[in-house]
Amino acid sequence: MDFSTLFIIIIGSIFINNFVLSRFLGLCPYIGVSKKMDSALGMGMAVIFVMTMASTITWLIYTFFLNEATSIFGIDLTFLRTIAFILSIAVLVQFVEMVIKKTAPELYKALGIYLPLITTNCAVLGVSLLNINENYNFIESIVNGAAAGVGFTLVLVLMAGIRERLEYSKVPKSMKGMPISFIVAGCMALAFLGFSGMKF
Amino acid sequence: MLLVSIIVLSVLGILFGIALSFASKVFHVEIDPKIEQIEEVLPGANCGACAYAGCAGYAEAIVLSGAEPTLCAPGGDAVAAEIAKIMGTKAGKKERNIAVIHCQSGGINNTNIKFENKGIATCKAAVLLSNGQNACTYGCLGYNDCYRVCPFDAISIDENNMRIIDEEKCTGCGKCVEACPRDLIELVPISKKVHIQCMSHEKGKDAKTNCGNKTACIGCGLCAKKCPVEAITIENNLATINYEKCVSCGLCATVCPTKAIEDRIQFRPQPIIIDEKCIGCTICAKKCPVNAIDGKVKEVHKIDEEKCIQCGICITVCPKKAIEAKA
Repeated sequence: MDFSTLFIIIIGSIFINNFVLSRFLGLCPYIGVSKKMDSALGMGMAVIFVMTMASTITWLIYTFFLNEATSIFGIDLTFLRTIAFILSIAVLVQFVEMVIKKTAPELYKALGIYLPLITTNCAVLGVSLLNINENYNFIESIVNGAAAGVGFTLVLVLMAGIRERLEYSKVPKSMKGMPISFIVAGCMALAFLGFSGMKF
Repeated sequence: MLLVSIIVLSVLGILFGIALSFASKVFHVEIDPKIEQIEEVLPGANCGACAYAGCAGYAEAIVLSGAEPTLCAPGGDAVAAEIAKIMGTKAGKKERNIAVIHCQSGGINNTNIKFENKGIATCKAAVLLSNGQNACTYGCLGYNDCYRVCPFDAISIDENNMRIIDEEKCTGCGKCVEACPRDLIELVPISKKVHIQCMSHEKGKDAKTNCGNKTACIGCGLCAKKCPVEAITIENNLATINYEKCVSCGLCATVCPTKAIEDRIQFRPQPIIIDEKCIGCTICAKKCPVNAIDGKVKEVHKIDEEKCIQCGICITVCPKKAIEAKA
């Protein structure tokens, strides 16, 4: 295994191709759950968890059911990947919710509300599809999933910090609330664009 | 190809379905069904009057940590009884509290103002500005914070910008009590009908000149002297009623020189003893706050109508229902 490839994947997913700010995936929770630091952190942790799990399971499904060369059926079913991935992610989140509820009630209380929300999060589906497009192997897929989650959490927490400060700052009346948040989001995306100059 | 894709997806779906149903059995968490039942009974206003985090929190507290079933203010006795039924216990009757505003000023034409306030139109903001725009620093500011915070629509504003609390709608949740920066609102049992409508601690003359309604308590103490049950105390130039002692007889309201005391009972009927029913138990005579009932054991009692203040206590305490109100 090549550690430098993994390192490049991690840096790439967190900074250069950040899911929110350069791929524009998962924008709904980015705006919706970034009002408070606590909920942003909770959501971020849940996303990291689900993305890692989803990358694992969708890679397995793709490799053993859909991809012609490695499938047990020997037929090219790659056109089914979107629907199969959505299905498996939904099931996975349900399953994870049950397991956490039973084994770690405290964690369930902390993540509780956010877990079901993630089921329909496009960033989770996005990371699964990108893993396939980039031809990542099993380990690389898992690492990419986790790193994408970390990138999402990073941006969410940064945004929450800025928005908590915005509450106390003097903002023109017409800009208060959502408008200034969108402007901040744009500025953050521009800042993250600077990372795209990094080449390995 | 078509067939295979259908089969693959179906197989995936069935596998996932089996896995999930299996997992739901394995990872099943026992939740007391009582919690859900109680949650359904509760009003769902999440007002927080019970001091728990919302209705769900209260339901959990009842079942898991044995909280009292009578804490829900909006639900009142009906909900308390339902909860008690679910829990298999009996609910003690709890008298409903309602909010009472202890001030008669704060309207458009009954407020003396020191200056015109053009700042933010809320009570909380107004008190921060030179301690409010009205001359009385104890009185109602008139920006209706209580009206806005009421979750049950129980406070209305009349044409004079005075707040009127609807005794039927008020649930005694206490939101307005917290909202009032002058602490003018108090939760009082609904059976108590006589209220001192002033909170001014100013000396008599100042209190009266500051009050735009001219109905300030001047701390003269007449009400305290007249009270048959010693429920009124004067402290810092202000009379306050101890509602635990108060019998709502309304005598204080009749003697108050500044009309600072409101008596919400319009007419008190004269009680009369029905001689045939009276067994001479002397309970009414013992409970009468003004000793208006003359009664020896096993003799028919008599009410001295001159002494009687029509408080109605004797009617409620008589075990034989031998005392009635004269129409």
